[in-house]
Amino acid sequence: MTDSGMFGTHGTGDTSGYGGLVRSATSTGSSERPYGGYFDGLVDDLERAYPEFSASIERVIVDRGELTLHVKREKLVEISLVLRDTLKFEMCMGVSGIHYPNNTGRELVAVYPLLSMTNNRRIRLEVSVSEADAHIPSLVEVWAGNNWHERETFDMFGIIFDAHPGLTRILMPDDWQGHPQRKDYALGGIAVEYKGATIPPPSERRSYS
Amino acid sequence: MTTFDPYAPSRETTEGTVFSVTGGDWDSLVQEIGSTKEERVVVNMGPQHPSTHGVLRLILELEGETVTEVRCGIGYLHTGIEKNMEYRSWTQGTTFVTRMDYLGPIFNETAYCLAIEKLLGITNDVPERASVIRVMMMELNRISSHMVALGTGALELGAITPMFFAFREREIVLDIFEMISGLRMNMAYIRPGGVQQDLPEGAISKIRDAVKLMRKNFKDNTNLLVGNSIWLKRTQGIGYLDLAGATTLGITGPVLRSTGLPWDLRKMQPYCGYENYDFDVVTADTCDVYGRFLIRMNELEQSLRIIEQALDKLENLDGAPVMVADKKIAWPAQLALGSDGLGNSLNHIREIMGTSMESLIHHFKLVTEGFHVPAGQVYQAVESPKGELGAHVVSDGGTRPYRMHFREPSFNNLQATSAMSEGGMIADIIAAVASIDPVMGGVDR
Repeated sequence: MTDSGMFGTHGTGDTSGYGGLVRSATSTGSSERPYGGYFDGLVDDLERAYPEFSASIERVIVDRGELTLHVKREKLVEISLVLRDTLKFEMCMGVSGIHYPNNTGRELVAVYPLLSMTNNRRIRLEVSVSEADAHIPSLVEVWAGNNWHERETFDMFGIIFDAHPGLTRILMPDDWQGHPQRKDYALGGIAVEYKGATIPPPSERRSYS
Repeated sequence: MTTFDPYAPSRETTEGTVFSVTGGDWDSLVQEIGSTKEERVVVNMGPQHPSTHGVLRLILELEGETVTEVRCGIGYLHTGIEKNMEYRSWTQGTTFVTRMDYLGPIFNETAYCLAIEKLLGITNDVPERASVIRVMMMELNRISSHMVALGTGALELGAITPMFFAFREREIVLDIFEMISGLRMNMAYIRPGGVQQDLPEGAISKIRDAVKLMRKNFKDNTNLLVGNSIWLKRTQGIGYLDLAGATTLGITGPVLRSTGLPWDLRKMQPYCGYENYDFDVVTADTCDVYGRFLIRMNELEQSLRIIEQALDKLENLDGAPVMVADKKIAWPAQLALGSDGLGNSLNHIREIMGTSMESLIHHFKLVTEGFHVPAGQVYQAVESPKGELGAHVVSDGGTRPYRMHFREPSFNNLQATSAMSEGGMIADIIAAVASIDPVMGGVDR
């Protein structure tokens, strides 16, 4: 995005959420060594423990004191097992989705924050897939606690976690249409019927243009 | 099948006979179930049930009184907080996150604000006084949250008096919150860059008195429950979950510490200056409901210790700023606490409306549009009363979050219900769920 003016105003400046402000975002580039902190040693350890490192990790990003590995989805389970068993990342703190509708071919991103209690370290895995082929292997077999997190990400983003023991909606009703946290899903885009009067969705109630 | 019974009507489905229970119909229900040959009964418990900690639905498969399978149904309190935040400025987000785990609002706000500060790269610029106030508020909040966990947990197991005591203590904390922020719950008091406003006059001495009072009062519940033989029978060996189970399920907080592992983010990965406080990580090695109960009881005293140290620090930091110096981030409105709650500061209104056009413009831009946060993502975790509360924040460089996700400890820990309860008695499910201390506002967000 391009900034203009002291506060970077663009468009209508309306932040109420209903003025149709459009922003685009894509993920950033890759980091160079040395990464700093324990990250260099950790990546070295991973390269030793996992010979296919260079073929499986697309990017290594160090930003704001956090290490992110971009993993090819075919290799996700393999590398997770190495991280869990050899590098002692005993816990996966779930999975969070991100939707970048303009990043063609990699629209949907799954983010896994891992925690090693043995070494008191954190690391993050990222897997990106396209909307048309939104399949990512499930990590429930590796970290059982990912069960509900993957269901939530499926519910909200429509990422299908293959081999999940029961991939159903968890927060929205079972018969819900669409995946609410995708960027092309309007906020409050559901007409509400209240005592016979039909109330339009918030996005259609008022206009600032 | 049987004669028509208005209180326990039954109908045949492909899954078997379904009974609708409406209350006051126990005898007729028992009679009808007794007439079927099926041993296995599936019971739907909740979402409107007094013992399920809010709108949690439990689907139980029973053989007699033994539970063979438990599944949780959640989502009844889903409010779309994460989605809504994408349409509001970064500062406005605090008013959303405070409503997730409504028993621990300060923790939600702190995790969120620490994450934003990390994205902005101003973590070290947050004034010390603000960090100390945050720590003090978090520990007060930990007490009020543990009080609800203990009080409702005891109530659900049939002990009414502990709840009276617990809510008496919670009132003390909520009164302090009201004195400081104007609100008892959902305060939105922690803001990106610091806190909303400084402590009011006389707050420190009032909190000191409250700490003394609470330390005395906590003994009431200790005397009632610790070692109480009925309480022991309901909690010891119940809801067993060992370290291996807790690790693979991603369980944190008191449930993890009840397996003997002293894992507490305040010690292991300190934030807000927790490394400067003297306190102990409380553990138990029983892996059961009683161990979790003891941990919560003993954490109360540790929280009081931290509050006292924070008060000492605050006395030395009197008059220091509570918000970052950067005027592009700090909320411009100097709010004041009036007799009718929090409102605009008249002096500030006088300045922007009467004397300084630039201040007015600045105020207007920052309030309507908010500040920009450089693109990137961070994950910031804090030790909430329930476990690791993680904020995953993604910014695209705009004035609003591109994506917000909360790794809620209640959401994650509730997955342990099956592991804790299957094979046990139906009455013990209540004890197991209560020991997880789930708050459905946090689970569903």
